[in-house]
Amino acid sequence: MHAPTNTFPQRVTVALHDKRLQAALNHASGGFVAKRAAQVAALPEYEALRERAREVKEHVLANLDTYLERYEAEVTRQGGHVHWASTAEEAREIILGICKRVGAKTITKGKSMVSEEIGLNDALEAAGHKVVETDLGEYIIQLAHEPPSHIIVPAVHKTRAQVADLFDTAHRPLGYTKHLTEVSEMVNEARQVLRRHYFEADVGITGGNFLVAETGSSIIVTNEGNGDLTQTLARVHIVTSGIERVVPTLDDATTFLRLLARSATGQETETYTTVSTGPRREGDHDGPREYHVVLVDNGRSKMLGGPFREMLRCIRCGACLNHCPVYTAVGGHAYGWVYPGPMGSVLTPLINGIDTAYDLPNACTLNGRCQTVCPVKIPLPGLLREIRRQQFERGLTHWPVKLALQSWAWVAKRAPLYHLLMGIGIPLMHRLGRRRGVLRWLPLAAGWTDTRDLPAPQGQTFQQAWKQRKGGGS
Amino acid sequence: MSNGREQVLAQIRQSLGRSGLAPAPITPLPGPGPIPAFSGDVVERFVAKMLEKAATVERLAAMDEVGAAVARYLVDIAAPAQVRASGALRTLAWPEGLQVHYGAAVREDLSSVTPCFAAVAEAGGIVTLSGAETPSTLNFVPDNHVVVVHEAQVVAHFEDLWAKWRATGRPMPRTVNVISGPSRTADIEQTIQLGAHGPRRLHILLVAG
Amino acid sequence: MRVGLFVTCLADLMRPSVAFAAVKLLEDAGCTVEVPAAQTCCGQPALNSGDSVDARQIAMQVITAFEGFDAVVGPSGSCMGTLRHDYPALFSGTSAEDAAWRVRAEDLSRRSHELTSFLVDVLKVSALAARYDGTATYHDSCAGLRELGIKRQPRQLLAGVQGLKLIEMEGTEECCGFGGTFCVKYPEISTKMVDDKIAHVQASGATTLLGGDLGCLLNIAGRMKRQGIAVRVLHTAEVLAGMGAAPAIGEAQGEGGTA
Repeated sequence: MHAPTNTFPQRVTVALHDKRLQAALNHASGGFVAKRAAQVAALPEYEALRERAREVKEHVLANLDTYLERYEAEVTRQGGHVHWASTAEEAREIILGICKRVGAKTITKGKSMVSEEIGLNDALEAAGHKVVETDLGEYIIQLAHEPPSHIIVPAVHKTRAQVADLFDTAHRPLGYTKHLTEVSEMVNEARQVLRRHYFEADVGITGGNFLVAETGSSIIVTNEGNGDLTQTLARVHIVTSGIERVVPTLDDATTFLRLLARSATGQETETYTTVSTGPRREGDHDGPREYHVVLVDNGRSKMLGGPFREMLRCIRCGACLNHCPVYTAVGGHAYGWVYPGPMGSVLTPLINGIDTAYDLPNACTLNGRCQTVCPVKIPLPGLLREIRRQQFERGLTHWPVKLALQSWAWVAKRAPLYHLLMGIGIPLMHRLGRRRGVLRWLPLAAGWTDTRDLPAPQGQTFQQAWKQRKGGGS
Repeated sequence: MSNGREQVLAQIRQSLGRSGLAPAPITPLPGPGPIPAFSGDVVERFVAKMLEKAATVERLAAMDEVGAAVARYLVDIAAPAQVRASGALRTLAWPEGLQVHYGAAVREDLSSVTPCFAAVAEAGGIVTLSGAETPSTLNFVPDNHVVVVHEAQVVAHFEDLWAKWRATGRPMPRTVNVISGPSRTADIEQTIQLGAHGPRRLHILLVAG
Repeated sequence: MRVGLFVTCLADLMRPSVAFAAVKLLEDAGCTVEVPAAQTCCGQPALNSGDSVDARQIAMQVITAFEGFDAVVGPSGSCMGTLRHDYPALFSGTSAEDAAWRVRAEDLSRRSHELTSFLVDVLKVSALAARYDGTATYHDSCAGLRELGIKRQPRQLLAGVQGLKLIEMEGTEECCGFGGTFCVKYPEISTKMVDDKIAHVQASGATTLLGGDLGCLLNIAGRMKRQGIAVRVLHTAEVLAGMGAAPAIGEAQGEGGTA
């Protein structure tokens, strides 16, 4: 994935005028919100599970090196290989190396956000490998040459007509000549097309929702079964996973699995939960012959030691996106990188540098709904505010904002002066707006007055009026 | 890539305020975590959950009914009378006219029959362990997947499943699959569609005892 | 009980009637109310924009001004949320000075309350002698809701207002798009959010909108006025104190009366 773009304001304007996108976002997110709420209402143990999940994550983070070493030892014992990538570049090189060594022509991929984070597909294609995304949503955006607009349903912004057109272009050369109109037909056609790729694939790359130290296993959950076909039919299975995904035991993984589908799509559980350990065993008739895990750091180990450590609890469920009024207004592409919504607004500057993606942490009302629904209780508004603090400290805050703030603060710290100035300015504003009850325009306040009237002050300030009521003293 | 390994571990330790070796054995969290409670018979709950998730269920009195039930099912769904089955089911009596092949799935296989290791009542789900006699491609490649489940294999919660595996003393298989229904997707206009990549149908033959 | 009124800058500058309503409600409940003059703002604009240096200094001013009161009460969930939750963390350095301020900040935090939760949860006020004829719907401001758990309390108090019929709208807990400086930094998104909120208000059929935070109310009223939507917008305190007949937010003097 390319570096994040700084064109948030422009993308927002485009997104807000795209009524179809608005409708799609509302439908998708609204559905997830309602379904999640129903699941939570039906699960008395929900809050206890959340707290336990938080505890397990904190325990793992405090002992991350030990658990990763334990995990590595188990994977190796079971015949797999663990590779450690400090940077995105190293991760790409490791994977390119494996694919080159085995002479991979076709590579299938199950959904892996971290593989997008490290820009894997472009690197593989540049090296001459054919890469096929198998998750239907990812497949669609791959055909469209677009990034995902939601971490769970990447093609949420596409209509069926748009999908039909994409399929026309991509599938016609393969012999599929019918222009499709029904969703069922499109899913069916994708099934046929992708089947061929699964069976031809030399390498299958999946993500890892969780890595289990007890058994050296990687766990993926899907509704489609694409992750399973990807990893089972290819000669080589590569798991790409952030280092923070390790959990101690299968039972701990179960705690997270109870929260994940409910938080993500509002399902009780996803259709397929797969626990994979190592390559095919002696006597097996199917399964990959090689099993590799690429542990991706890319800034996570550094986050561990600072104020953003809690972000490492994230299990990529997408609940924060679905409940964020800003995300549901503008969609994922506006965020300009791999991760959108509240979690993306924290991760994008953390992974790419605090001087990137300026708008993301600022385009937030700090309303807190994200934190309320986060299954691992990440204090997202607090983290966003801390990024703003670091932006301010480094002089990155946009100068009009900084000037306005510091002017306000300078006066606000001097109460007598403040009351004096306000005692003059406020009654003046009142007189200007008294007739209508509102001010239609105010200098420097176009952000407000372009679309809103400003209710006029009632008259004097309260402090002035109070002073008078108390008879001149205070 | 030992260089990457050392770098990552070193940065982790620096972040945690440690300089080198990990400290003495970690005290794990007391377990288990919260377990969603439910009342009632586990088998009935298992059946209800599977039906909820668009699987189909037929109840049989004994294992010797399985072969005929498979043949009947294929007729019901208008599929050819041909299955790929796990080697573990070799001893079953299959009816005349039903072609049964064993082994891993090939692309042309339309229907498969597998046993399972366990079934979980909590959220529904049959559980298979891969092995020489239980190839996992049978769970994913064909259009129709038939699973033979014994009532005695149904456990209440996932913790019971892991305990059951640990009790076997067997090492982890290459893959453990927990399957709670047919394959599905909602990626196009949020419209749910069955049979995305995995099987379009999941049929449970639930044998008493 | 000796209460220090935290006026809030918006009430002080834009709508003093909210602060007067708060004083009346507290005095009617048996408190003595004082208004320290050395207060201006809770410091949220600075805090939320990353200017923690100014935020600290404003916090010190607030802490000092309100030392000694049994309770510090203000008609705003976001301001009182800042005092309760954010002030102590501003003094987390290792110096002795920070440690001393932290103790004072934590003390202030324990004594700080949003108005409706103070009336219901602390003073156990049940009956009010207010009247407001009309249908109203209620907007749950985010900070009050999520930081302070304000939900049941205003509704409980409003239920005791004679003549008032409270209708719940869809999406009461959805953000209105004010977000402090957000509404002027990202006006397009903010406007979309406030339009969604207004659609819910109108769909409820209520002719009055109530809420506990002036930022939200100015935002919603300002947009409704621009669009010519005639729903009366008032702060909960004003209705509870029997001041609901005065001109609503954005109404000119001479307008007013209940709806």
